[in-house]
Amino acid sequence: MFRRTEPTDCTVFWDGAALPAKRGETLAVTLLAAGITHFRDTAVSGAHRGPLCLMGACFDCLVQVEGEANVQACMVAVRDGLRAGPQHGARDLDDAP
Amino acid sequence: MLSMMMQPSDRYDIAVLGGGMLGSAIAFGCAAGGARVAVLDEGDVALRAARGNFGLVWSQGKGDGMPAYAAWTRRSLAAWGDLSDRVSGLAGRDVGYRAAGGLVFCLGEAELSARREQVQRLHNQGHEGVRILDRRALLDLMPGCPLGPEVVGASYQPADGHADPLTLLRGFKAGLLAAGAAMLNGAAITRITAEGQGFCIERADGGTFRAGRIVIAAGLGTPELAAQVGLAVPVRPVRGQNIVTERLAPILPLPASAIRQTTDGTVQIGVTTEDDGSYDPITRTENLATMAARAIRVLPALARANVVRSWGALRPMTPDGFPAYAESTTHPGAFVAVCHSAVTLAAVHAGPLAAGILAGRLPDELAPLHPRRFEGMLAHVPAH
Amino acid sequence: MTPDVLMPDVLVLGAGPAGMAAAIAARGQGLSVLLLDENAAPGGQVYRALQRRDAADAQERRDAADAQERRDAADAQERAGKVLLAAFAACGAEARHGAVLWAVEDGPRVFWSENGAARSAAPGRLILAAGATERPMPIPGWTLPGVMGVGAAQIALKTAGLVPDGDAWIAGQGPLLWLYAAQALKHGGRFAGIIDLAPPGVVSRALRHLPAVLRGADYLAQGLLWQRAVKRAGVAVLAAREVAAEGEGRLEAVVFDGQRHPADLLLLHDGVVPNTQVTRAIQGCRHVWEQGSWRPELDGWGNTGSPGVMVAGDSGGIGGAAAAALSGTLAALEAARQLDRITTERRDAQARPARLSLARHRAVRPLLDAMFPPRPMAAVADTTILCRCEEVSAGQVRGAVALGCLGANQVKAFCRAGMGACQGRVCGPAVHGAIAAARGVPGEAVEPFRTRFPTKPLTLGELAALQA
Repeated sequence: MFRRTEPTDCTVFWDGAALPAKRGETLAVTLLAAGITHFRDTAVSGAHRGPLCLMGACFDCLVQVEGEANVQACMVAVRDGLRAGPQHGARDLDDAP
Repeated sequence: MLSMMMQPSDRYDIAVLGGGMLGSAIAFGCAAGGARVAVLDEGDVALRAARGNFGLVWSQGKGDGMPAYAAWTRRSLAAWGDLSDRVSGLAGRDVGYRAAGGLVFCLGEAELSARREQVQRLHNQGHEGVRILDRRALLDLMPGCPLGPEVVGASYQPADGHADPLTLLRGFKAGLLAAGAAMLNGAAITRITAEGQGFCIERADGGTFRAGRIVIAAGLGTPELAAQVGLAVPVRPVRGQNIVTERLAPILPLPASAIRQTTDGTVQIGVTTEDDGSYDPITRTENLATMAARAIRVLPALARANVVRSWGALRPMTPDGFPAYAESTTHPGAFVAVCHSAVTLAAVHAGPLAAGILAGRLPDELAPLHPRRFEGMLAHVPAH
Repeated sequence: MTPDVLMPDVLVLGAGPAGMAAAIAARGQGLSVLLLDENAAPGGQVYRALQRRDAADAQERRDAADAQERRDAADAQERAGKVLLAAFAACGAEARHGAVLWAVEDGPRVFWSENGAARSAAPGRLILAAGATERPMPIPGWTLPGVMGVGAAQIALKTAGLVPDGDAWIAGQGPLLWLYAAQALKHGGRFAGIIDLAPPGVVSRALRHLPAVLRGADYLAQGLLWQRAVKRAGVAVLAAREVAAEGEGRLEAVVFDGQRHPADLLLLHDGVVPNTQVTRAIQGCRHVWEQGSWRPELDGWGNTGSPGVMVAGDSGGIGGAAAAALSGTLAALEAARQLDRITTERRDAQARPARLSLARHRAVRPLLDAMFPPRPMAAVADTTILCRCEEVSAGQVRGAVALGCLGANQVKAFCRAGMGACQGRVCGPAVHGAIAAARGVPGEAVEPFRTRFPTKPLTLGELAALQA
């Protein structure tokens, strides 16, 4: 997978688990650095997906961030304490942010 | 793409000019009746109304001042279930027809009163089945649906419903292919001439086709083609813009006139009615904003849903907004059909209309919908 | 509509080399400039996070004893980038980052979002510099987590110093593949192997464009340097015709030429294509098929067929970073002329050096395109997914063609390809190519996906707030 060559300086929480991160990097990169490639289950078939492009074009990196659904992980800059988790299927508007 | 069974030089029994929702339904019905059918279509970027369809299978509010249209609509709804079953099999995918009722939401008491009056007026014309629901009755009908506080009620027609129009169209095409019909895409019709017992059709790519009978079902292209067979059928473009959201968990169990949730989970919001004569099927942010604002008043939770796409389509609208059907008297065997609710009417188009064309006589019930009624009509009524 | 509608002389979309150069040149003519970019810092993709890395690498560069390394092609490109970034920072353009454009209307009138709130502007002229995206490379299993684009890995490297390790593979063809491999190795990355999918005969294809070879000698030299660095590092480079990804729920192996190797990362590359998502949604912007992809139809200054809308950089036709910057300069000079800030004569005089350089950079493109033709869509298996968002296979697309669909829009209507979240950004070239192959016609005969505003998602609430 990937290996970090620069030091980390903060912590984000993925599905409750603490992961090391570097302030300002994108959430997608934080996850990849931690060996996580399963970001979501599709709303079409439930297939597992992870990022393809890391530049906001593919929309395969959709995750939940601070309770908000379908956020592109590659467009979110991490900060210390950020909470995120996998996007399982379609957004449920019943889930309050 | 030609079917394997026919060559372009063969003479067809029926040539349908226009491969959209209307033309495909008629062609499908004719092919099912055993005729050798060709469907001629311009191609990928004609002014396609078929992709504008909201997907409603709807009788509520139809035919105000034209009982024949109201009756034709009711007849189509009664046959829609059977059509859906047949076409789903052919499409390899469920057409998604759900007829558990259809709503027109009313925001605020003024809207509800106005709607109540309209419903009463239509009752007096013999339109039955629509009733007014207050908010409590609405919530009984759709328990748990997070309706906004301004939704004070709705008009409700239990027989109405919705389907996936694109799957319907695909099913028609698959059925045509299976029946050996020729689907001839990619060029516009340039000339129609009577020839012996039938017609000769010439296309912009130089192709020539012959058919015993022709059906002009070309949407916005109808007036020009109809004129070639001696029929005056005025049609103008009325733009409708749609918004579609990302897929969402179920939130709206029944379709409404301007908002419905599809079987894929996306919510479709529509539809503007822009009658400015323009042939531009574009979308404008200002219109989309208005549509979005109303949708949020109906279902406030939608404020957090992402818009994935918008699109505009041009609906073919006759001067009074009702369909037009006719056989030419100067060119017997040449038929014309135009309407803006080709999803709702798909069942009667594939059924009795196609049968009438095959028999050489349109159903008597369509006499009031002959385009001769447009003569002398100067103004047009707002699209409905 | 919105509380305050901004009215800059020029609105630039994109802070890559084209956008930055356009902003700099426009400011040089005294025009007010508003620049919008999605990312947190300027640089686009080619110079992504360059300022951040500059600080980190400075010490390393001073310590480098190897003169060869200092002349490394990647460094030369980055030197140019640093100059551009510095000039951009100093030029006085108003730059908004995290700004996502989603609509362009007549005027031009531009809509975008920042921090979940919609904004709008009515600029004198609009210069779109949206860059390029990677061409999709649909292979069996490419939707498995762990399969990504080479461009993505490059972003991970540039923005956060991530390097490949373990069972990491690269598969594909094209200059970017070798550039990335060389960069990753330089930063301590390791690869299990590189699967070179360029069709045999690269050199003979190149030699058929001999004049371009001579004019583009520096481009070719760069490419050879990168390849040499990779081979010197001992990375296995294997030529193959096809590759597949396998695994249950995640990438576990790569398969090629009957061999199966464990893999936890597979990076694909098959070239880059212009990003025309916005231009295809603008009335009046026609597109032409050139060198295997669609690009907007532009005159020599970047004018589209839509009044007031111009395009610069790779989104107007792939040309690389240097060409992008030059075309940005030309577009800005032309915008200044259209806004009556300079005469035609002065515009032409100031444009002359840029034009000459641009011609030289563009001359090498046909050579690169000939060396690395896009992989044929006819060879993609029916079961391989083309539209990732809606999970539509190549077979389903071909089925829609069999039902009479002539172009991508009819195919979309019939099988939902292109209807998902990415709105055809990834699958567009693949679906388009599959249709052309199934119909047996050239690319230009097949209509591409029509796009519509909003070209990026925004919530219904945000859209509703724009109501007057």
